[in-house]
Amino acid sequence: MKKIAGQNWAILAVLVAGLFLVSCSHNAGTTTGSQTVLINGAGSTFGYPIYSRWADDFHKLHPNVEINYQSVGSGAGIRQLLAGTVDFGASDAPMTDAQLAQSKSPVLHFPTVLGAVVPTYNIPGISAELKFTSQALAGVFLGKITKWNDPAIARANSGLKLPSATIVVIHRSDGSGTSFIWTDYLSKVSVDWKNTVGSGTSVNWPVGLGGKGSEGVTGLIQQTPNSIGYVELTYAIQNHILFGALQNSSGEFVKASLESVTAAAASAADSMPKDFRVSITNAPGKDAYPIASFTWLLVPTTIPDVAKRDDIKKFLHWMLAEGQNDAEPLAYAKLPTDVTAKEDASISEIH
Amino acid sequence: MPARAHVAELAPSLRPLRILWDRLRRGDEIAHVVTLIFASTVVGITALLVYQLWIQSALSRQKFGWAFFATRVWDPVAGQFGALPFLYGTLLTSAIALLLAVPLGLGTAIFLSEFPLARFSDAFAFLVDLLAAVPSVIYGLLGIFVLAPWLRVSVEPVLSSRLGFLPLFRGPAFGVGFLAAGLILAVMVVPFIVSVSREVLISVPREQREAALAVGATRWEMISRVVVPFAKTGIIGSVFLALARALGETMAVTMVIGNDPKISASLFAPGYSIAAVIANEFTEATGNLYLSALIELGLVLFLVTFVLNGLARLLVLATAQRGSIQG
Repeated sequence: MKKIAGQNWAILAVLVAGLFLVSCSHNAGTTTGSQTVLINGAGSTFGYPIYSRWADDFHKLHPNVEINYQSVGSGAGIRQLLAGTVDFGASDAPMTDAQLAQSKSPVLHFPTVLGAVVPTYNIPGISAELKFTSQALAGVFLGKITKWNDPAIARANSGLKLPSATIVVIHRSDGSGTSFIWTDYLSKVSVDWKNTVGSGTSVNWPVGLGGKGSEGVTGLIQQTPNSIGYVELTYAIQNHILFGALQNSSGEFVKASLESVTAAAASAADSMPKDFRVSITNAPGKDAYPIASFTWLLVPTTIPDVAKRDDIKKFLHWMLAEGQNDAEPLAYAKLPTDVTAKEDASISEIH
Repeated sequence: MPARAHVAELAPSLRPLRILWDRLRRGDEIAHVVTLIFASTVVGITALLVYQLWIQSALSRQKFGWAFFATRVWDPVAGQFGALPFLYGTLLTSAIALLLAVPLGLGTAIFLSEFPLARFSDAFAFLVDLLAAVPSVIYGLLGIFVLAPWLRVSVEPVLSSRLGFLPLFRGPAFGVGFLAAGLILAVMVVPFIVSVSREVLISVPREQREAALAVGATRWEMISRVVVPFAKTGIIGSVFLALARALGETMAVTMVIGNDPKISASLFAPGYSIAAVIANEFTEATGNLYLSALIELGLVLFLVTFVLNGLARLLVLATAQRGSIQG
């Protein structure tokens, strides 16, 4: 009997501990008496470094506001926003019309920073920066150009002796905004690509091997001679990866840099639609880098909780002004001022 | 007995209650109920898992039907989804893994169980168990940076020049592919086979061994004719534990398989597995049909594991019966 009594105590202790945990997490999930506002966001892994920096900086300025951002991926961020489990989403691709139609309240898109995708390669004996025309890139990724010394590649790189080796194409195997931007660009410059493959976070790749994540792609490229792949500019800069220049729509060869990416956004700003759902790949302008894209915060227009709504608006205003200074140290391209001005005006649509 | 007598004195209507109370007091009933709850929880979780996979994959099941199993195309942009290349990759890599891991694991287990120094055997088994504790992402990294380059430079060219007449060993050598994934899986599942088989072999009764030796068997004859057949059921169990692990392995496989949903006869070619594609595409899957197709792949993987496990049970039953007839 004594033993059983002992067990009862153990069960009671577990129950009490459980209740304690439940009540703790309950407190954390809602606004407590001391007007702490907790804002939950989820989505893009690409934006995670700067969003968590912004959350920290904003918390220092407004100690009562805590922004909790989970980098679960753009697709999952959109799903969580539609399910109403987060206050804002974040995505590397704008929401589709079908997705917007599923939302209870209209969703606003706020570009936050810019990203770009660069071609990277490993050709034994070549350490120079290659130049790619849009047709060369599309041909390689379609599997129609199979040798490095193909005239389509060699013509733009006349000073280099390219080998007659077979090209090994390497792409992302995980669904990602990086692949979306890359395939969006290829769809714009190649009718063939548009008709046979199309654009998306995951596509049916005609050729090549898949690597998981930027690190997987880079690893495969390093291990495979005569390979070509693509990574985010941020990743290439931070890891000192060799990457090539691309011919833009004005015929200029432009190497991706934070400036040439911002230039692409600036040249697209004039034709910016009101909802900011715009692709800026293959943007016009002499200095524009052609494979660039905004990444977006997705905010519902209706936020019933007044304190939360005010703080989200405050955060958006701050993000478009002071927040932009955080971009370049973290290797993101910042927004051009034409764009931030337009966005700032649309914050008032949140009510 | 006194309790029985006691019950008989009670009013007939109260008798069942009294019996129940007595049984409760003895603890049997409590143990029965508690273990029943635990057991049904486990079964319940499995049932709930299948139910959820079934419900969530409704859209894809309705759209593609049985053709899902026979379609080779996986095109998220066009909304065309088929499981065949993933099914092929999963089964092929697991088969390569077992083909290599079963002889290796069984040989190790026999050596360890029959080796005279128990202390050495224990230390060795501990090291083998450590293999199972290595996180799979570490295996994946080793796969990319060590195994794949070695396969590409040293192994695959030799295989294709010596055995190139077989379609298995043709085509360009990338390093990553079915062969790399199968090799990594083999290393990952060996500890399961060694660990379980060793325990089973050790528990073969001493009398069985002594009897074999007494009738003049050599040490190897004793092992191969008495000890191993006696432990057969347990050994098959260990192999299927290893198979289940190989079928479901995600991280290490996706890092070395090449992630290309194609069906190739060549082991050098890149492929894809069910677990790998779910892990790769689930987070960014937009669109209900796409998500539903990925969940149906989960259901397919469950089905594959279920069917193979069922076959394993039948195999065990068949061999057990044959054993008894011989005996």
